[in-house]
Amino acid sequence: MERAMMHRLLRDMLLSRVFEERAAEEYGKGNIVGFLHLYPGEEAVAAGVINAAGPSDYIVSTYREHAHALVRGVPAREVMAELFGRATGMSGGMGGSMHMFDRDRRFMGGYGIVGETYPIAIGIGYAVALRSLPDTVICFFGDGAVNQGTFHESLNMAALWHLPVLFVCENNHYAIGTDIHRHSAVAEVYRRAAAYNIPAEKVDGMDVLKVHQATRHALDRIRRNGGPQFLEFETYRYRGHSMADPGTYRPAVEVKAYQAIDPVSIGAREIEYRYPSNAELAEVGPDNIARLTEHMIAAGHTEEAEIAQVKAEVQAVVEEAVQFSLASPQPTMEDVSRHLHCNRRNEILI
Amino acid sequence: MTQELLYWQALNRALDLEMAADESVFTLGEDVGLYGGSYRVTEGLYAKFGEMRVRDTPISENSFTGLGVGAALVGMRPVVEIMTINFALLAADSIINGAAKIPFMSGGQFPMPLVIRVPGGVARQLAAQHAQRLESIFMNVPGLRVAVPSTPQDAFWQLRQAIRSDEPIVLLEHEVLYFTKGPVDTLAEPPPMHRAIVRRPGIHLTIIGYSRTALQAQEAAAELAKEGIEAEVIDLRSLSPIDWDTCAASVNKTHRALIVEEDCRHAGAGAEIAATLAETCFFSLDAPVQRVAGMDIPTPYNGALEAASIPRVSDIVAAARALMGPKEKAAA
Repeated sequence: MERAMMHRLLRDMLLSRVFEERAAEEYGKGNIVGFLHLYPGEEAVAAGVINAAGPSDYIVSTYREHAHALVRGVPAREVMAELFGRATGMSGGMGGSMHMFDRDRRFMGGYGIVGETYPIAIGIGYAVALRSLPDTVICFFGDGAVNQGTFHESLNMAALWHLPVLFVCENNHYAIGTDIHRHSAVAEVYRRAAAYNIPAEKVDGMDVLKVHQATRHALDRIRRNGGPQFLEFETYRYRGHSMADPGTYRPAVEVKAYQAIDPVSIGAREIEYRYPSNAELAEVGPDNIARLTEHMIAAGHTEEAEIAQVKAEVQAVVEEAVQFSLASPQPTMEDVSRHLHCNRRNEILI
Repeated sequence: MTQELLYWQALNRALDLEMAADESVFTLGEDVGLYGGSYRVTEGLYAKFGEMRVRDTPISENSFTGLGVGAALVGMRPVVEIMTINFALLAADSIINGAAKIPFMSGGQFPMPLVIRVPGGVARQLAAQHAQRLESIFMNVPGLRVAVPSTPQDAFWQLRQAIRSDEPIVLLEHEVLYFTKGPVDTLAEPPPMHRAIVRRPGIHLTIIGYSRTALQAQEAAAELAKEGIEAEVIDLRSLSPIDWDTCAASVNKTHRALIVEEDCRHAGAGAEIAATLAETCFFSLDAPVQRVAGMDIPTPYNGALEAASIPRVSDIVAAARALMGPKEKAAA
C-alpha cells in the first residue's frame, strides 16, 4: 500500500475518533439533542472501505454515519453543524445525526430505519446498470439489520440482476442491546450471502489495512465481473448503542477485550471525553489505530512526532467545526417549506 | 386526437408514450413484464422496451418499491406498480419513510421522480385482505401527492403528469374502473394534475366524489334531477393536495355539501374534506356537511354484504334527499 494512503487512513481514523468524542461532549452540554449513535471502535471500517471507493461510487449509510461522511470528505464543520441542527449542516438542519446527505459526494444518506439501506442501494445500482456506467454502490448495514426482510429481498434482487453493489456489514455484535448469538441463528453473517450466490468474505474489521485491501479487491471484482459482493467486518463499538444507552448489558471483560485491539485504544471510562495520551494508549495494548501506527513506524513511513502532529491537526479541525456550528444560523420555517418543495420546480398543481 | 379507450388502455398508452420519450422512465413490479400486468396496464411494453425497463420483480414489495426510491435519487423516473394497495402496506416503509422524506430530510438535495401505481378499492368479492381503500393513509403523509383518476382521460393525463413530476406521487387506480371506457384525447393540453373538476353543474347541493365514487355521484345526480334536485358534482381527481377553491366555490353557491367516499368512514378522506369545508364554508352552509362512506368493517366476502358495505348510488340519492330537508322531501 502506498504511504500516502496509510497516512490518509490514519488521519481519517483519528479525525473520526476525535469528532465523535467531541460530539458526545457537545451532547452532554445540550448542543446536540435527539438520538446520537457514535462510532468509536469501528473507525477502521469507515476509513478502510470508503477510501477504497472512487469519487463516482455511491455510499449508502446507516444512522451511525458521521464517520462515513467525514471519511467521504464532507467537511467536519458541515457534519457537526448538522448535529447542531443548523442551517449550515450538510442536510440544512432538517436531518440531524441520522439523516446526513451530500449529493455532490454521492453520499446518499443517512437512514434511521434498520434495513432501509439495502433497497436504496440496489435502486441506485439498478440505475447504474441500466445506464451501463462503471460506478459501484457501497451499502452499509449492521449485524442487527440482517434479520430484516429487506436484507433477503434486496440481496436476492442484487444477485438476480447482477447489480454493482458492495454489501458491507459492520458487525459490532449487538443489535442495540441484543448479542448476535441471541438475535441470529447464523451468527457468521457473511455465510448468509451464500443463499443468494453472492461472494462473501469475513475480514478483521479492527485492522484498517485488511479492511482497505478486502474492499479494493471486492470493488475490482464488481467492476470486472458485475454483480454484487459481500464483506463482513468484525468490529466493536465502545459506547452504548446511542447516547441514551449506557451499554451495561455487555460484560466488562468483553468491552475490555475489544479495547485491547481498539483502533484508537481509548482508555478507561473516566477518560472517555478526552483523547487518550500516548501512555494510556500503550497501557491498553495495541488497538486498531495503534496497530496501524506501529506498522507505519516499523516500516519507516512515519514517526511519533508526525502522529502527534496529525492528532493536533484533527483536534483543531474538530474545534473549528464546533465553533462554526455555534456561530451558524438556525434554519427557519421558510427553509422547511423550501426543502419540502425542493422538487416542485415550475409545476402548477391546482 | 380522440379515441375511445378503456381505462387500462389509457394508462398503457400514457406509460408507452413516456417511456418512448424519456429513457430514464422504467417500470417494475410483479408480473408487469412477460405477463403484461395483472390489469394489462403494461401490456406490450416488455417486448418494446426490454427487461431492464420493464422489470418483473420477485414478490418483495418493500424492496422493489425501495429500489424505485433509490433509482429516483439518481435521476431515474421509476414507475412502480404494486399489484394491489393491500400489498402497499408491505412497502409502507419505502413510500412513507423513504420517498416522502428523503428530499426534505436531505435539506432539499435530491429529486424524487417516483410514481407508485396502485390498484385498489372494493372490486368483486375479493374479501377483506384484497378490498381495502387506504387512501387516507397516504393523504396523511406530507411530501406525498395522491391522484385518483376516475376516467380514462384523467388516467392518461395524470399518469403522464406524474411521470414528468420530480415529486413522489401515488396514483390510486380503482380496480372496477380498469374496464370502463371513455374518450381520450391524447393531444389535448391537460388541466393541472391536482385540480378538481365540476362534472355536472347544479344549484341545490354539491356532491363531492373521487375515483369510482365520482362516477356514482354523477349517476345519483341524474336520479335526483328527475325529482327536481339539481346536484353539482365535483370530481376531486386528487386527494393530496385537494383543490379547496373549486369545492368552496361550489358549496358557497349551493349551501349544501355531501361527500361520497368508498374508504371507511372513520378518519377517512371524507373526514378531512368535511372538516375543511366546515371551517371554510360554515357561514354559507344551510345544513351540516354530510358523508356517505364505506362502513367501518373489514370487507366481507359475501357478495350482498360486500355491496352493502360501500356506497351505492341509492345511498347517495337518499343522503342527498335527506340533506335537502323536509321541503324537498315533501315535494318528492
